This record gives sequence, C-alpha cells and structure tokens, in this order.
Amino acid sequence: MIQVHNVTKRFGDFVALDDVSIDVPDGSLTALLGPSGSGKSTLLRVIAGLEQPDHGEVEVGGEAATHLPAQKRDVGFVFQHYAAFKHMTVRDNVAFGLTIRKRPKDHVKSKVDELLELVGLAGFQNRYPAQLSGGQRQRMALARALAIEPRVLLLDEPFGALDANVRADLRAWLRRLHDEVHVTTVLVTHDQEEAMEVAGNLVVLRDGRVEQTGSPRDVYDHPANDFVMGFIGPVSRLDGALVRPHDLLLSDEPVDGAEEAMVARVVHLGFEVRVELVRTGGEEVVAQLTKAEADTLELRDGAIVWLRSPLPRDPGVGVVGKTRDAVG
Amino acid sequence: MAEPHRAAAARRRRRALARRGLGDFWASATTRQALDALQFTLIVSLVVAAIIAAFGTLVAWVLVRDSFRGKGFVNALIDLPFALPTIVAGLTLLALYGPSSPIGVNVAFTKVAVAMALLFVTLPFVIRSVQPVLIELDREMEEAAASLGASAFTTFRRIIFPNLVPAILSGAALAFSRALGEFGSIILLSGNIPFDTQVSSVYAFKQIESDNIDGAAAVSVVLLVVALAVLLGIRGLERWRA
Repeated sequence: MIQVHNVTKRFGDFVALDDVSIDVPDGSLTALLGPSGSGKSTLLRVIAGLEQPDHGEVEVGGEAATHLPAQKRDVGFVFQHYAAFKHMTVRDNVAFGLTIRKRPKDHVKSKVDELLELVGLAGFQNRYPAQLSGGQRQRMALARALAIEPRVLLLDEPFGALDANVRADLRAWLRRLHDEVHVTTVLVTHDQEEAMEVAGNLVVLRDGRVEQTGSPRDVYDHPANDFVMGFIGPVSRLDGALVRPHDLLLSDEPVDGAEEAMVARVVHLGFEVRVELVRTGGEEVVAQLTKAEADTLELRDGAIVWLRSPLPRDPGVGVVGKTRDAVG
Repeated sequence: MAEPHRAAAARRRRRALARRGLGDFWASATTRQALDALQFTLIVSLVVAAIIAAFGTLVAWVLVRDSFRGKGFVNALIDLPFALPTIVAGLTLLALYGPSSPIGVNVAFTKVAVAMALLFVTLPFVIRSVQPVLIELDREMEEAAASLGASAFTTFRRIIFPNLVPAILSGAALAFSRALGEFGSIILLSGNIPFDTQVSSVYAFKQIESDNIDGAAAVSVVLLVVALAVLLGIRGLERWRA
C-alpha cells in the first residue's frame, strides 16, 4: 500500500506536483498516466525518495516514509534508460542489492539465478550490459530491483526507450510477471494504450494534478472531463461535444436523427478503418469503423453517408461534461 | 682550442662513433650517476602520478558535481600549467619556495622541490581525463544504487569509482610519462645535485654540456623506452575499456 497525501513539489517556479493525493492498493498494478510535464515521473520519484516533496506526506506499506532516504524505503526502481551498472556482469548487477546487504554468497547466487530465470535471462549471468539488447537490459534492471524483495516496485517509463514490437512483448510479459510476483507496482507512462493494457488501476495526471483515478474501463467509459477523454483515447468533436470516433454510427441510407455527411477520405488501418467526414456546415469529423462495417457500406471518397452520434439510450458513453456520478 | 686540436677531437669522436656498440650503450646508460638519476626520476614520477591521480580526481569531482562562485575561472585556470612555458613555471616556483620565499618556505634544491615542480606541470592530466567521464556518467546508476540500499560511500566505491578508473589511470600514465621527461621547470629548482636531486633529463643535458654525447643519448633512449611503454600501456587500457 502506498499513500501520497497532499504532496506539492516545485522546481524553481515550475510546479511539478500540486497538492497530489493518491492511494495505491496492495498488490495492484497502478499506472500514472499523463502527458510530459504532468508530474507523473516526479510523483514516482517522490514515492521512491529520489525527490523530496515541498509539502505533504508519503506512506509506504503503512509506514511514514516522507523523511526516509531512498536507501531505507525498500522500493525497487526501474529507470527508462535501464541505469545498468555497465562495469558489472548481469549477475553482479542483479546481486548488487544483496551483496551490499552482505547476504551469504550461496544465497545470493541462487537468488540471482532464480530471478534471471524469472525474467528470461537464464544463461546471461556472465554477460555485460553492453552485450544485451534494450529489452534484455530492462529485464535485468527489473530482476535487480526485485532482488531486494521490495515492498513496492516503481517503473519509470520502463519501455519508453524500446522498439514498438519489443515494447508490446514486454508489456504482456510485465502483466504476467505481476500476476506471478504480486508486488505492488506503480508504472509511469505517457502511452495510454500501455497503461490500459498493463495496469488494473489508472491515475491520470495533468499539470501536476490528479484528473481522475479508476480502472481503465471506468476511465475510458466515464472520463471525468474533456482532457481525460481526449488523452485516454481518440476523440471526434461533434457540435462542440467530444465523442469517441467508434461511437459514431454511419449508414448508407437516411435514418432518424442522422445527418448527411460527405466522405473526404477513407484510411484503411487493417482491422480498423478511419473515415474522415465533412458535415454540411463544413465541420470535419473522424469516425472509426471495423473493416467489415466499412466493406458493407462500400465507403469511398466523395460518397454521401448518414452520420449519427451515440444513441440517447446510452447517454454516458463518450458524452462530455457529465460527472461519473451523473452517468453511473 | 687550437685548430689541430679541434680536428683531432673530431677524429676521435668519429672513431668513437664507429666503435659504438651495444656494450658501450649499456656502459653509458648504467654509470652510477646515470642509474641514480634514473632511479630518482622513476620514483619521483611514480609518486607524482599517484598524487595527481588522487588529487586530480578530487578536483574533477568538485568541478563537475559542486557549484561555487568562480568555478568557471578555476576551471580555466587548470590548463595554466599546459600554457605556461615550463621554465617560467620553474622560475615562479623558485620565487615562491626558494631562498627568498615570501611565505617562508624554502625547499629549493631538494627532492621535495622537484616533486612540487612536477606536480604543478602535470596537474591538468588527470583532471582533464576524469572530468568528461564524470560529466557523462549516468546519474541514474547512482539513483539505482541508492534505491537498492547503497550508502553514498558504497555507491562511490562500487559504482562511480570503477567507472572512473580507466580515465584516472590513463591521466596518471600521461602525467607519469610527462614527469619522466620534464626539464624546464626542474632545472632551476632542483639544483641538479648528483645522487640527490638530479633527474635523468637534467643529467642528459649535463652530459651534453660536458661533451659526453654517448651518455646523454643512452639516458635519452632509456627515457624514451619507458615513456613509450607507458603510452602503449595507455592504448591497451583504452582498448580494454572499450
């Protein structure tokens, strides 16, 4: 359990965190999600003790941690750029936390071997970080952080420096690892897809403030405001309101409550087809269909379609300005 | 010297040149005075390189990690020993630590004076080799070590220092080979006392002055070989580091 109470952190005139409070439940995997400059990394570093808050309190595992140095907090921290000890072998990297605690040699060895097995680096014990790929280095860093059996695991954009396909693999892997290890984990990311895929719990930040917390589904379906709605997924603007492009309905014949629009461009992205429409007033709207739907409609540039915003019977979905309570 | 004498001397020298072999070289390089000068040179250079390694690392650390007023000026000042003609450095040191020292320290014509002159001229080597490595050093490694429970001292010993070692060693090796051949700053300050403060380079110079070219050449070759070995060692070190 991590609790952050009313934490404020300034760097000069810049307010990185503005009265932030969050609770991270035991055993959860929580993502701190926000654009750059939203304070998500600073919040993680405050939890780790790598930054001191100007105001507010931090508790880790029910214990006041605000004035504990990073060394005493019992947190595992994983950095975006791995922070590998490049003069040490993989074995010595992972063993570091244990050897400085003067654990018996055979204990360290078996623990390291076990962790390397867990992160899929068995057999890499005697390599140096420079001989590993980015994904392998990050898994080594994870094993190193896990070696001290931390109360919480903090990951600062752990996949940010990796190729897209490696990143996707590691996300799924991290999810499985968390199911196996169950250590309370906080992940910082600016990638909403990554957050939604990996985390059970989202904290959306902007300008040093918490905009919304909740499960990925909850936040996606019931965003607290336009910012969250726009940040957490694609949006189209219809008559001043934000809607999800996939909630827009298209048909090839007039239907009740629908309006005419012209297809400006059809973008085939595989399963997904993005349709750029121009409404009669000249306003542009983007709709998102599945390939099957698009094929049925036989969409092509210049065609006229009927466009309908989300059904009134499901008013909460994607409609802006309503609070979760009003929707719920 | 009269004309016939000079011609005879030249003939003798030519004959000497023709006769010169490995045996003569060895004899010239290993006279008691030459050996003593060489021994002192090697020892004082080693001591100086060791001090410069420690002190230079410290100064580099302060210049990179600390901020204080006048840091830019101090940083610029570090290169002064490179820019200053060494004879000027020698004169300055003699004025400072010689018989008319304004601060009451007279160490002129002692081994300490030689070491001090060498420390001054080799000061920038380790600082300038460690500084960029320290600037480039991944600070997150230190944060990672801290989060794993390492104290500041442990982090320095286990993480920072090992990453600086190649730079410290190569800076110290350069300082050592420079100290080995240093001449200008020492010639005034050492007093050139044989079997005491005489270093090999000054010994070689004295041999030339007293017309013993063989002796000068032999000592020069020895110095050259040692310096070359050290420089090759640095290259090996750099390759090992990469």
